[in-house]
Amino acid sequence: MSIVTRSDILETINMIQHENLDVRTITMGISLYDCVSDDVDKLCDRIYDKITTKAENIVKVGDGIGKKYGIPIVNKRVSVTPVALIGGRADADGYVKIAKTLDRAAKEIGINFIGGYSALVQKGMSKGSEALIRSIPQALTETDFLCSSLNVASTKAGINMDAIYMAGKAIKELAYLTRDRGSIGCAKFVVFANAPEDNPFMAGAFHGIGEPECVINVGVSGPGVVAAAIKRAGNCDFGTLADIIKKTAYKITGVGQLVATDAAKELGAPFGIVDLSLAPTPAIGDSVARILENMGLEHCGTHGTTAALAMLNDAVKKGGVMASSSVGGLSGAFIPVSEDEGMIEAVQVGALHLNKLEAMTAVCSVGLDMIAIPGDTPVETICGIIADEIAIGVVNTKTTAARLIPAYGKVVGDSVDFGGLLGTAPIMEVSPFSSAAFIQRGGHIPAPMHSLKN
Amino acid sequence: MKAVISVTGKDGVGIVAKVSVKCAEFGANIIDISQTVLDGYFAMILIAEVSNLTMTFGDFVDAMTALGKESGLQIHTMHEDIFNSMHKI
Repeated sequence: MSIVTRSDILETINMIQHENLDVRTITMGISLYDCVSDDVDKLCDRIYDKITTKAENIVKVGDGIGKKYGIPIVNKRVSVTPVALIGGRADADGYVKIAKTLDRAAKEIGINFIGGYSALVQKGMSKGSEALIRSIPQALTETDFLCSSLNVASTKAGINMDAIYMAGKAIKELAYLTRDRGSIGCAKFVVFANAPEDNPFMAGAFHGIGEPECVINVGVSGPGVVAAAIKRAGNCDFGTLADIIKKTAYKITGVGQLVATDAAKELGAPFGIVDLSLAPTPAIGDSVARILENMGLEHCGTHGTTAALAMLNDAVKKGGVMASSSVGGLSGAFIPVSEDEGMIEAVQVGALHLNKLEAMTAVCSVGLDMIAIPGDTPVETICGIIADEIAIGVVNTKTTAARLIPAYGKVVGDSVDFGGLLGTAPIMEVSPFSSAAFIQRGGHIPAPMHSLKN
Repeated sequence: MKAVISVTGKDGVGIVAKVSVKCAEFGANIIDISQTVLDGYFAMILIAEVSNLTMTFGDFVDAMTALGKESGLQIHTMHEDIFNSMHKI
């Protein structure tokens, strides 16, 4: 063969045909700074025009690149400047208007999610941020494709516990307002610590404050490919295993880089980053949990899971960075429960619990993701779960996040089906003991020390 | 620019002919063929120069896929760069 070997060609084709290799998302980041106006209607018009102009061809271009290389490009998306930064004097109703505008623009260009209905409140809350947070339940209930996120903490700023309390209340209200659809509104809202500003993945994507006018970020995937490579390797030691994962991650990321470069050129925007993530889907053979099980764990969640995940995450990064000129975003293995058939099974057989998931998030990206909990979970308990997760990120200088779904009317033993990539979530047990007095203190948890590390 | 065309399916008379006639028709110049039959299962990898196609590359991909469907074969046409980006440093 003149270009690459026959076995290389067959390997690539096999990865795409049988191991679910795909490019998870091409996400165009668009700055909305130049849309600002003291008139909300004018602001909305400018937002709509800018998104539908800049990203007009994103779906066509994405599909064309997919066809050229014979690889599915699953999602085409847009992220925008955190809306709280450009809302100006809008009140909660004004923000809902902006939300609907973003949703309308998303529908016009044919993308499946638009992110950036967000506020950065790690240190404190501006009037605009507060109005945006108050509008979240209504905004996400009355839109279809809009995603929202809050950055409530950072390693340098500490944890804004007031923002967490507001987020908990918003989650609870969202669950109620979207109760006829399994509380799906909560699946479109994520609470972050140390949120990355160039993340192409939803629900947490936004176009950060230091980003260019317009940028193309690409998220790769491929848990099925890694799982299959580990299975083929059989009984080898950890050094060999890490090498296999690195080589596989290199190949997966190479595709992401290729697609990102092409997309940037065709869409007339600079290439930003490739996000080196293993993003599962509910499909069989596309699961991060199965990778861990192929390493030798009977079920994801048993003892050894955190170590296995730590090794996986590190090896994916080591292999991936070599294949891309610029890496960013979340970059790590995702462990969403409802979106990963292996995780779902692990919960159903009693191998995986919330506490273990929390420990796992200390060594991987991103956090407690797509976890359904009983509908009657008190707001303060939800806030306690979020605060624990956020503290892990703040102290360990990493991104963590929580996307929790207190599924209205559901109890442990039930499950809730969101359909599509969002999957099916078994309701997980939370502690019956109260966190109320702790959460109700309010205020700010100071930033952590960066010496005397123990 | 080169394309890699993979053809797989149940073996039969004239598969190579069918695929190569279509390539000629669309202006794809075949520069390498590797083909085998294992237990009645046909597998071919064909590399073609596609800089002078009579149509866009996207339409060529669709036409080859359609040929596969008509003939009971699986035909995948991919730009060579995906293999280079995965397997070359």
